[in-house]
Amino acid sequence: MSIIEKSIREIHTLLLNKETTVSELLNTAWSRIEETDNKVNAFVTLNKENAPRRADQLEQEIADITDVDDLPILAGIPGGIKDNICTQGMPTTCSSKILSGYKSPYSATVMKRLHAAGAVPVGKLNMDEFAMGSSTENSSVQLTKNPWNLNYVPGGSSGGSAASVAAGQVVFSLGSDTGGSIRQPAAYCGVVGLKPTYGLVSRYGLVAYASSLDQIGPITRNVEDTADVLQAIAGYDEMDSTSANVPITNYREALTGDIKGLKIAIAQEYMGEGIDSQVREVIEQAVKQLVSLGAEVEYVSLPHTEYALPCYYLLASAEASSNLARYDGVKYGIRAEGVKDLLDMYKKTRSEGFGDEVKRRIMLGTYALSSGYYDAYYLKAQKVRTLIKQDFDNVFAKYDIIIGPTAPTTAFKIGEKTSDPLTMYLNDICTIPVNLAGLPAISIPCGFVNGLPVGLQIIGKAFDESTVLRAAHAFEQSTNYHKQRPTL
Amino acid sequence: MSITVKDVEHVANLARLELSEKDKELFTEQLNSILEFAEKLNELDTENVPPTSHVLDIKNVVRKDEVKQSLPREEALRNAPSQEEGHFKVPAIIE
Repeated sequence: MSIIEKSIREIHTLLLNKETTVSELLNTAWSRIEETDNKVNAFVTLNKENAPRRADQLEQEIADITDVDDLPILAGIPGGIKDNICTQGMPTTCSSKILSGYKSPYSATVMKRLHAAGAVPVGKLNMDEFAMGSSTENSSVQLTKNPWNLNYVPGGSSGGSAASVAAGQVVFSLGSDTGGSIRQPAAYCGVVGLKPTYGLVSRYGLVAYASSLDQIGPITRNVEDTADVLQAIAGYDEMDSTSANVPITNYREALTGDIKGLKIAIAQEYMGEGIDSQVREVIEQAVKQLVSLGAEVEYVSLPHTEYALPCYYLLASAEASSNLARYDGVKYGIRAEGVKDLLDMYKKTRSEGFGDEVKRRIMLGTYALSSGYYDAYYLKAQKVRTLIKQDFDNVFAKYDIIIGPTAPTTAFKIGEKTSDPLTMYLNDICTIPVNLAGLPAISIPCGFVNGLPVGLQIIGKAFDESTVLRAAHAFEQSTNYHKQRPTL
Repeated sequence: MSITVKDVEHVANLARLELSEKDKELFTEQLNSILEFAEKLNELDTENVPPTSHVLDIKNVVRKDEVKQSLPREEALRNAPSQEEGHFKVPAIIE
């Protein structure tokens, strides 16, 4: 087994015992990227200049420590970063033409925290432009492929982040999740993806798509690693006006392996029409597994689920139209040539710089917010959002977690859904309600259909990541799905 | 509620986007189908439902009002497509 296929804890022990070095870890990551990325296309930028310097610096720190407890858990661990997280010293492009070559003058809070925890960022990962999409086909840079089958999409919008972890190029990656963009690609690529509670992880330095929904989270190959990365990035940040000032628990301590008596709800709406029958069978099997571990499982209803999708697309598009107004060719990004005046410059720059999906959402959002339509669309959607949130509150009054599939199908073929945006949007049907309610949720591997991975979604109460991780870990420890690797 | 090519032109202007004739047709069709889908929300009576203003019961975070060093001017200008003498440069606004 390659050294970077090991868990974070295992690598940590090897470093402490001087059985490996940070440079060796980094070189293993580079070799694996070189060997596989011409097939997978996960990376848009490699941190070739700064990463070796960082590795040297960490080597020195490790040599100097006298107490082993002083070595942070992520020390020397190679990680990949979604390209909408600002990284000083590397480009941040959101896989958009409009930001090509942009270098942020500052780093996102999560990057500062990863740095403090000793992680080594090896590069930036491909995504749907400005995180809008469910397949990573909307990237203006390249087409990322699913490591399990190169004819299939890796999911989106954190497709590069999930594919790189599945391909064994990095130990962990960071993604962002607005309507399922961490969990759905994690499910399609057979890895673990966590969307934390809104406000738990700072969004400072995350290029905004829909600010009331966006959340940064980890993608890893097992739940224990997810707990370790979350521990490093979670916590209050005065630079983020929506950061939650809540106590951060020890997520590793939650991984007890014991879920006896845990009260689990299955949302019947997530198992009904529109869910592929083979995916449903895999989930039903996972439910039996949880019952055999001592959990109590019952079917419940989240009656407003069918309204989540239109609600989300109105709200997310409205917020996107506002957030993306800043790309006007003045302060950063590209500027169109041969313009006659300021208005012409804005229009030409934005039209040349944005791809079709981004334009479609800006148009939808601008329309929903425009005079005469605000009440009918935006305000209506915010009211429906309240009903969706109340659905969850009602279930969580009696149950500890809610489970279901992460996505209605396994990964689909490249090009299969690009011409029909509405069909593509349906892909996020199981993940979107969670973002509307701001809750934490994880996707973990729970089986395969025709050689493609299926994800089990576990949703928790706000700030109750511990229970989500405990349930996910207990399931994972009793199965082998997370240990299977694609052949590349 | 159905939107026309004229509506799309109006919204594109508000959104500062320039669309080709082909794109206008395509977006009219696609936006209509998305908005038709959004009509589903009208099945629900939301008369007495408060809109979500913040998804969690947390207050806005405010930093201490302290004087701090800002981003150096050259750093702030570094990514600008056009700049001159410490300013962002744009096409003339006044004739």
